[in-house]
Amino acid sequence: MLYATLTIPVVAAIILSVLGHKSYGGSLNVILSFASLGTAVVMAIEVLKYGAITSPHDLFYIDAFNVYLIVLTTFVGFTTSLFSKPYMAHEQELGKLPKGRLRLYHGSFQGFMFTMLLALSTNNLGVLWVSMEGATLSSVLLVSLYRTKGSIEAAWKYFILCGVGIAQALFGTILLYFSARSVTGMGEDALLWTHLLEHTSELNPVAVSLAFAFLMVGYGTKAGLVPLHNWLPDAHSEGPTPMSAVLSGLLLNVALYALVRVKMITDGALVESFQPHLTSYLMMGFGLLSFMVAGLFLHRQKDIKRLFSYSSIEHMGLMTFAFGLGGPLATFGALLHMTVHSLTKSAIFVTVGHASQIAGTQRLANIRGLIETQPAVGWGLIIGTAAIAGFPPFGVFTSEFLLLSATIKTYPWLTVPLLTGLVIAFAGLFRSIQPVVFGTAPEGQKPIHINTWPVILHFGLVLWLGLSIPDFLARWFDQATLLITGSQLL
Amino acid sequence: MNLSGWLIVCLQTVLFVAMAPLFSGWIKWCKSILQNRRPAPLYQPYLDLRRLFSKRVVWAEHASILFRIAPYLILGATILAASITPFFSTDLPSARVMDAIALAGLFAFARFFLALAGMDIGTAFGGMGSSREMTVSAFAEPAMLMMLFTVSMVASSTNLSVVIHTIETQMVMTRPSLWFAAMGFLMVIVSECGRIPVDNPNTHLELTMIHEAMILEYSGRFLAQIELASQLKLLIYAVLAINIFNPWGLAHGYGLDRISIAFLIISGKLMVFGALLAILETVLAKMRLFNVPIFLMLAFTLSLGGMLSFIILEA
Amino acid sequence: MFFAHLPVHEQITLAFAAMALMLSFGMLIHPRVVTVVKMFALQGLFVSIVTALAATIDNAPHLYFSALLTLILKVILIPYMLFRMIKKFDMYFVQDDVLHPVLTILGAGALVIFCYDRTLPIAVSAASLTGHLIAICMSIVLIGMIMLISRKTAISQVAGFMTIENGLFFAAVSITDGMPMIVEFGVAFDVLVASVIFGVFFLHIKESIESLNIGSMADLSEKDS
Repeated sequence: MLYATLTIPVVAAIILSVLGHKSYGGSLNVILSFASLGTAVVMAIEVLKYGAITSPHDLFYIDAFNVYLIVLTTFVGFTTSLFSKPYMAHEQELGKLPKGRLRLYHGSFQGFMFTMLLALSTNNLGVLWVSMEGATLSSVLLVSLYRTKGSIEAAWKYFILCGVGIAQALFGTILLYFSARSVTGMGEDALLWTHLLEHTSELNPVAVSLAFAFLMVGYGTKAGLVPLHNWLPDAHSEGPTPMSAVLSGLLLNVALYALVRVKMITDGALVESFQPHLTSYLMMGFGLLSFMVAGLFLHRQKDIKRLFSYSSIEHMGLMTFAFGLGGPLATFGALLHMTVHSLTKSAIFVTVGHASQIAGTQRLANIRGLIETQPAVGWGLIIGTAAIAGFPPFGVFTSEFLLLSATIKTYPWLTVPLLTGLVIAFAGLFRSIQPVVFGTAPEGQKPIHINTWPVILHFGLVLWLGLSIPDFLARWFDQATLLITGSQLL
Repeated sequence: MNLSGWLIVCLQTVLFVAMAPLFSGWIKWCKSILQNRRPAPLYQPYLDLRRLFSKRVVWAEHASILFRIAPYLILGATILAASITPFFSTDLPSARVMDAIALAGLFAFARFFLALAGMDIGTAFGGMGSSREMTVSAFAEPAMLMMLFTVSMVASSTNLSVVIHTIETQMVMTRPSLWFAAMGFLMVIVSECGRIPVDNPNTHLELTMIHEAMILEYSGRFLAQIELASQLKLLIYAVLAINIFNPWGLAHGYGLDRISIAFLIISGKLMVFGALLAILETVLAKMRLFNVPIFLMLAFTLSLGGMLSFIILEA
Repeated sequence: MFFAHLPVHEQITLAFAAMALMLSFGMLIHPRVVTVVKMFALQGLFVSIVTALAATIDNAPHLYFSALLTLILKVILIPYMLFRMIKKFDMYFVQDDVLHPVLTILGAGALVIFCYDRTLPIAVSAASLTGHLIAICMSIVLIGMIMLISRKTAISQVAGFMTIENGLFFAAVSITDGMPMIVEFGVAFDVLVASVIFGVFFLHIKESIESLNIGSMADLSEKDS
């Protein structure tokens, strides 16, 4: 089942790079994404029933933590492919894309999905690195898809920044391998996460802390932590909207997942050393910094996609902070937040894509009166903004509430910057979005043909998760919390 | 009092002073051959010196006493530096005073007075030469000291005879610190002795001069002394470079036969070094003054790299 | 660890490591793009020689493949691709000056000292060659990053990027005698794909801004536009 989940995107990539430009290219994309979603769900049910799966030779390892991320990835990939079919068709009509480039688009899209799934399911830290770099490589040509000056600059920045960041992560991996090799009995298995987890107490703490610093910089760059975030607003705003949805919703999650896996090993190694809470402090510090800086930057944005990409940075900061805080309450909150943020953000980007198509521009000052022109898009945008800003009853409110409760218990004084940041971000978002949705529409703004199902589905799920988390999901998160922190919430 | 030892020391110093113009003449000879000119005879610098010594000295009215004593100071400091540089033997009684830092200090002393003498008359070119010389040496000194520190750390002492002895007994072919120090030192030699690509010793255009500009006002025996001092400086640096990084062939002890063999060997190496210098001067062009700090920064980095290689990799 | 007491092959490894670091310094400020690419190729050659040496001494035959892979990729393929770009865009005489070469080099030297200071505890505890090499490899990586900041031409930035990979590969080989083969193939594949994408990119950049001077691509920023 695992192999099926992984091979479907590869096969899809190959097929679509040949056939992607035909009229049924978009539909093919949808069907193949649905197929990988199906296999992922089947695999998830297996893991829930029987516990963690390990493939032969310990190459892949699926436990509660990554299986739900795999399902989430394939789900968002599927809904994004649903959205991208009419969207890209419209872009072609507008003349922004020559026909042949759709092959590149679809092929890279599936390739990107494959690298993310590989990163999520592998047990080997080296292969994790390879697939993260592969994710960068497969998305870089997508960011510059429109071949405008701005998009080429954005793609170059993305490539160099993420490439350099990932190189740091490779150094961290090498250092980790080095410290693992010094432990007798490891040999060839020294990069396997499961083996490392068993032997954490025997690892050299100095080497492991140095490795964690490098890995944090590396995977933190991909996750959009300040001050390594510079590529994020550019890449998300210059690339095509389905790309932004997938980058924001999925890639950032995978990078954070990689960081948390490494944190689990480092914590074990540093337990008796001079700095047992190094990982926590680092993650909390960077998380808080990202959160505050992004919240402030939100107010200055003039481009609608950049606005929401800064919101992504802010939420990633919040999640990093939560994982750094540790403890079952915060970790449960962070896991929930990963899910709802993915769903909400991708839905928002879908809506934003529609909005920019309606208005013909991405500049906030020039998009007005969406609710008049096309109520579906207008309502989608305002609901999405409310959801991402943390309004109850949406899921984001629940996870932020859990995080705040955990912070009050451990570091009460940190709730002040957290709350302040949340309010600042909320103000920034609404200040820009309210005129966009409710202003007077300019002359001649016409509604367009859109597929509202992805947006409705995502928001519905987020609402459901906010109101009452279904039992199996709660237990799922709980298992993951147990894995990460060693204690359960429920 | 080891009389024969001290006699050898004096002999060494005399040979240094006597061979300096010959070395200069050899480099000029090689350059002429490379540039397809008919070379002046090898002993031409001696004839020049004799001519200069026999001429009357003329100096400006308002020249101070410094102007008149500077050449003696410069030549004296350089001869003193020559006496503590190992030429063909390291086991001499003067071995205990062969300190690398003292050597650098003596050269600094000579350079200081040369710069003062250049500024003494108050002409524009003299001041320009002095300021340029000081700038170049401000960058070259750290590089040279870094090189000296590197080789001192390899030998755990700044005494040159100990350094040479240590390097002689080791297989240095794989020591990266010594390679880098040698490359850095070569670049320092080029700049300290005023050779192309830093300074053109044959130039007659005042605006391109560094060393020549400082001595424009000198004539007669003063000029002869300064010329001899600069030739001696070049020879000392060359001997240092050869003896530190390629010390095999040095004599141990006072036996006359061993000393003569060592002398022949060092002369051979000096001929090769002089030819190498001549080739460099012919092939490279003089670089802009503004690029000289970059050039010397590279020398400093090479020497620093040598020292870091030693600390990180070898110690 | 007294140098002269080490076996010869370890001495040679250390010597090559030092030379690779010096090449990094050279690549950092040299104005001619052609020479930068040549220095990068030479650095790759040193890394592959060290890998082959480690393969011979430690009897690890998979390292021969790694050495061959490095040789093909970093010494032949990528410099060839870069030279083709230089020829195509006629960049033989483009001056890629660094603003303050003296300060940059001094900063790089300070960086090496800093790296050594950070890795000193590891060097002390790991009583062998490897601990000392971590500092050199880390410095090569960090100097590659400085190169990315200070250089303005796309080609030298790519060379800097690949230098980082060189340093990492060197680290992997000398510190741990080689990562598992699957990881090495993955890394090599990534580097290959990255270089292909770079090639495609140069074309796009040249088309859009008529030169390969990255410094002129600075429009997307937080300034009020």
